[in-house]
Amino acid sequence: MRIYLARRLAQALLVLLGVSFIVFFILYLTGDPVLILLPPDASAEDVQKFREAMGFNDPFIVQYGRFLGGALRGDFGQSVRHGEPAFSLVVERMPATFELAGAALLVALGLAIPAGIVSAVRRNTLVDYVSTVVALLGQSMPTFWLGIMLILVFSVQLNLLPSSGRGSLEHLVLPAITLGLFTTARITRLTRSGMLEVLGQDYIRTARAKGVSDPPVVWKHALKNAAIPIVTIVGIELGTLLGGSVITETIFAWPGVGRLSVQAIYNRDYPVVQAAVFLLASTFVLVNLFVDVVYTYLDPRIRLR
Amino acid sequence: MSAETEPARVLLRPPAVRAGLVGPAPIILFIRRLARRRTALFGLVVVMLVVVAALGAPWTAAYDPTEQDITNRLRPPGSPAAAGRAHLLGTDHLGRDILARVLYGARPALMVGFAAVAISGVLGMMVGLVSGYFGGRIDDVFMRLADIQLAFPFILLAIAVIGVLGPSLPVIIVVIGVSSWVVYARVVRGAVLSLREREFVQAAHALGSGDGRVLLRHILPNAFTPWLVVATLDMARVIVIESALSFLGLGVQPPTPTWGGMLADGRVYISTAWWLATFPGLAILVTVLGINLFGDGLRDTLDPRLKL
Repeated sequence: MRIYLARRLAQALLVLLGVSFIVFFILYLTGDPVLILLPPDASAEDVQKFREAMGFNDPFIVQYGRFLGGALRGDFGQSVRHGEPAFSLVVERMPATFELAGAALLVALGLAIPAGIVSAVRRNTLVDYVSTVVALLGQSMPTFWLGIMLILVFSVQLNLLPSSGRGSLEHLVLPAITLGLFTTARITRLTRSGMLEVLGQDYIRTARAKGVSDPPVVWKHALKNAAIPIVTIVGIELGTLLGGSVITETIFAWPGVGRLSVQAIYNRDYPVVQAAVFLLASTFVLVNLFVDVVYTYLDPRIRLR
Repeated sequence: MSAETEPARVLLRPPAVRAGLVGPAPIILFIRRLARRRTALFGLVVVMLVVVAALGAPWTAAYDPTEQDITNRLRPPGSPAAAGRAHLLGTDHLGRDILARVLYGARPALMVGFAAVAISGVLGMMVGLVSGYFGGRIDDVFMRLADIQLAFPFILLAIAVIGVLGPSLPVIIVVIGVSSWVVYARVVRGAVLSLREREFVQAAHALGSGDGRVLLRHILPNAFTPWLVVATLDMARVIVIESALSFLGLGVQPPTPTWGGMLADGRVYISTAWWLATFPGLAILVTVLGINLFGDGLRDTLDPRLKL
């Protein structure tokens, strides 16, 4: 168990190192940052001096080393636009993004797991068909369109819910549904197929034959085993949710990391983009590390490998 | 040789030979089985219609998608226009015909879809084959690369790179293509892991085939099925991503009509002109749904145990 965890931790660190490299490389691709940082009328001599002072003349690997050292201390440089450290700008907006992603995940799990179970237990009934069709539609619907349609119906036509900003619980409803729909559809389908597989197994038949009634068979015997793939996908779906927040936050003017990074890209404010990509990717890696640990408790076979 | 012993003897032969001996070719059998799945067939028809709409846009569209007509801006669906024509889906904020723009918008979506899937599919296939067949160090390296790739919130990575390089059709295709190989690699690798232990592969080795020949002639054709299913379903994802990028202004640039770009325009007029944002969104939904239905059917027909 310890060995497994140590290996898993080493892997996570390696992945973060790779992430940092790619994040650095993206900025490196932008070419000469001096042209963005200095006023256009700077003399050639000034440019040269500035370049030397900032270390832009150093070899690629030295520049990367400096970036990595900074990143480890939470230093991604100053935001070109806001004049504040990029790191703190991003960190300030993290809670809003986590709130939205968490709410979306709650919506997804709250809808998908019951829907998937009912679909599997009442296979080929009307309930199953409806839930399957809804899941299929949900998987095919682009988030940004759903967001706009929800605004059209619930904010513009019915005037029930706010269409932008953050604050009350009401502000959270539409963005959370928008962001969570795709994940809901995925988990519904996964739960259904997982439950169907488990329900067909011998030990379920044995339990039924021994006279265990329906609800305990479903909830105690079957769901426990069907839960394993669901837990894995929750970790992966978090990546979808964090990435999807870019779009959802833009539509609903939600003050999170996603919206900040889109604006930073428009403004060519690359330190902020780097900090945002690096922190979101790190969050994803850490959550998946955590999911893997949880996983070893659910499925002891993994520990032994 | 009696009629009873024939099937048993035939069964011992490799599948390809067996199929040649008894009944129709596998491809015919496959098409028959696929055709029995009505939802898959429906999906295929929808996809074909979208492809035809994209190719035939210059003939089917009654208007030029970029032609502006400020006097007829924001007309609701069905509004009559000059010369007995009508704007079936209305006009946008510059008086451009929405139906024509929806038809033309299928072009960048499908182009990015096919091209990006081709790039990531080939990359992933190569990585999966090598990783699964040789194992060891190479496998470790590729699988860590896959972890790194998956750690990035996809859209954010894409917009960061496109923001830096500047949005254009080739950049969008390459960025999506290069960063989507992981699913293919994993699925192909999984298939190769089990294939390389099979008798026909060992037989090929025993007969003196080198690694390259075994990989290309014996393993690749058998790993193709799961790959095809992934490619189909991934196409749906890529089309949504292309629209998302256009929606954020980082897709194919105006005046070329894109579904995502139309949605972004329509969003501004959402309280007064609902049709601007509704129809391009429906176009994306229908296209993606068709691909998903077809992909699901393909998966169920080819390999029901495949979990995707």
